[in-house]
Amino acid sequence: MSNSHADGAPPKRTIDVVNASLKRRYARERRFRLVGLTAVILGLTFVGLLFADIIAKGHTAFVQTYIQLPVTFEAETLDPAGTRDPETLARANYQAIIRDALRSEFPDVTDRRGTRALGSMISVGAPSHLRDMVLANPDLVGTTREVWLLADDDIDMLMKGHINRDLPESERRVKDQTVGWIEQLEAQGRIEKRFNTIFFTTGTSREPELAGIAGALMGSFYTLVLTLLISFPIGVGAALYLEEFAPKNRWTDLIEVNINNLAAVPSIVFGLLGLAVFIAIFGVPRSTPLVAALVLSLMTLPTIIIASRAALKSVPPSIREAALGVGASPLQTQMHHVLPLAMPGMLTGTIIGMAQALGETAPLLMIGMIAFIVDIPSGFTSPTTVLPVQIFLWADSPERAFVERTSAAIMVLLAFLILMNLGAVLLRRRFERRW
Amino acid sequence: MKKTIIAAAVTLAAASLSTQAMARDSVWIAGSSTVFPFSTAVAETFGRESSFPTPKVESLGTGGGFKLFCSGVGVDKSDISNASRAIKKSEFDQCQENGVTEITEVKIGYDGIAIANSKSGPALDLSLGELWMALAKDVPNEDGKLVANPYKKWSEINKDLPDVAIEVLGPPPTSGTRDAFVELAMEGGCDSFDSVKALKDSDKDMHKAVCHGIREDGAFIEAGENDNLIVQKLIANPNAVGVFGFSFLDQNADTLQGAKIGGVEPTFETIGDGSYPVSRSIYFYVKNAHVGTIPGIQEYVAEFTNDKAWGPDGYLADKGLIALPDDMRASVAEQAQALKPMAAPAK
Repeated sequence: MSNSHADGAPPKRTIDVVNASLKRRYARERRFRLVGLTAVILGLTFVGLLFADIIAKGHTAFVQTYIQLPVTFEAETLDPAGTRDPETLARANYQAIIRDALRSEFPDVTDRRGTRALGSMISVGAPSHLRDMVLANPDLVGTTREVWLLADDDIDMLMKGHINRDLPESERRVKDQTVGWIEQLEAQGRIEKRFNTIFFTTGTSREPELAGIAGALMGSFYTLVLTLLISFPIGVGAALYLEEFAPKNRWTDLIEVNINNLAAVPSIVFGLLGLAVFIAIFGVPRSTPLVAALVLSLMTLPTIIIASRAALKSVPPSIREAALGVGASPLQTQMHHVLPLAMPGMLTGTIIGMAQALGETAPLLMIGMIAFIVDIPSGFTSPTTVLPVQIFLWADSPERAFVERTSAAIMVLLAFLILMNLGAVLLRRRFERRW
Repeated sequence: MKKTIIAAAVTLAAASLSTQAMARDSVWIAGSSTVFPFSTAVAETFGRESSFPTPKVESLGTGGGFKLFCSGVGVDKSDISNASRAIKKSEFDQCQENGVTEITEVKIGYDGIAIANSKSGPALDLSLGELWMALAKDVPNEDGKLVANPYKKWSEINKDLPDVAIEVLGPPPTSGTRDAFVELAMEGGCDSFDSVKALKDSDKDMHKAVCHGIREDGAFIEAGENDNLIVQKLIANPNAVGVFGFSFLDQNADTLQGAKIGGVEPTFETIGDGSYPVSRSIYFYVKNAHVGTIPGIQEYVAEFTNDKAWGPDGYLADKGLIALPDDMRASVAEQAQALKPMAAPAK
């Protein structure tokens, strides 16, 4: 540094230059931090708003309105022959005993219109509930019991305040007469909201009060298990081969570029491929976890391969050299030393890929998953839907009560996604090693 | 360890493929998303009340449903096709070519298309012509010449209409509701102009383009296939008008009001008797060759064509289906239950 000046002016030292610009540099840094912080806060606010909206709309779906009625299990109606034969009991007219129970509760309703309105307060699923009760305990026949019966979705909406009682009658789905009955039941404490077990234990239904997510959950479970079984071994194997064994030449470069590209392909394309190849050529049955898993495996493979290769890259070469040095074969080196060390990274990638597969709908549109399937799937080849598709179908249903159920199903899906991502984070924390 | 997993996956896949060859034991229905809510309601009741398994109902759209239905006979093809319009000649021919020779047509009722806005907005009373003027891409000016649609407000079309900007939320071109809306409302509206009607004889393609063309300058907004979304947007924006299936208006009668079309309000009665102009018939089609092979088809048809389902007081009416008139219902039911094959359609 040459600070020798002849004119006597104080020499300009580096520290002065730094000091002069210091204020500006600090300001710049503060600005950057502020922008970053604002972005984070903004992002969190939107996530918060989304969650608040979903929870506000959906939390009411976890309770369900029930109406208590003294039901007389009339032997005359249910079992005229008196044999208590399960076959007869199963086929008996349980609708009739509900009608009788309502009639004795509201004796002043006699006209046809009124009786119909009265009957529509109780869910169409209530008779089968009574049937199950009787089949489980045939001694009920001939007795009178207080039974909590599932209410219709309109009544449920009224009780939860989604139908405003103050509106003029013509603008309400529930008419004044019915509201009067409900108020009478409320005064007697015969109507209450209880935890909605139906939502978690049954398949879908066209009646909101009977609709559940168990079918879709099981479908998602079977699909994910199969996707994992298919994509994990193939993905890890491919990564291991490409990263450690394959010669580096133009072909492997091409493959690498293509794998990276595949990760960015819109998922609907995989659905079209599934339709054209798996269903049309190989004859894999439509709407089953099997075909869904095949398609979703194609979609998650690039994610798993890329994550696995990154994990393999992060294992230091000294490990390989040491293993080879003490006489391990290349395959032993990989299997005994490199793979176990890379496993946490690979698993993290796989879990994220699985979470992606769990939330995916687009490729499933093409392979028959947008279907109404009531029965809970029993295996990999029984027809099923998955959670996101169920949400899509409910969001498209006209009944008001499906709005809250849609949000509730979204909450369940989100819970699973958060759990899976949490699992990925914990795995990384627990097993990741830094060199 | 990993070997066993791979082996297990392979055996599993192989095992499942071999089960495919076995017969299907549940009815498979596919097709229109408009008929989907009705079809599923019947399927569910059928599954609950009969000894047969619940049929599988897929929502593929009318065209997609026919494509699958007409692709042949076999357990991997659908048994029943739902449709929000009658089968076309081309589709029928496709069926015949692939060996699907005997098809039973069942007309199940009517579906209205509502043009509605929020209750806090102004009530609308439109003619089909005014609706067309509001939404067409090109409209005739005073001299009968076609010009790009100049109308920005409803009141510019007719001074009795509200003085608010035209903002219509409707389904995208892939939707069956859009097809029906264009055919029933737009085409009906444009023929109320003599200059456009004259085109029908002179230049058929031009007539179709003029009548079916929907403006793309932002006044008509494609709001997606989801009718519930349109309903939500209408509630948020009282000046917007929405186009969607009647059942959504029926379910949301507390917040939405249906526009009168030609002075007729959309109700179950006006759609049923045909006085409300924007309504269409809906159908399902049965593959007769599958009856007897796949258990439950005939019983499903019987359940659907039973008055407790499709009658005016049946459970489908609660879902928004508008029943056929009594005598027609009786004759359709009789033909459907006898599985009387249909003749080739005219067009």
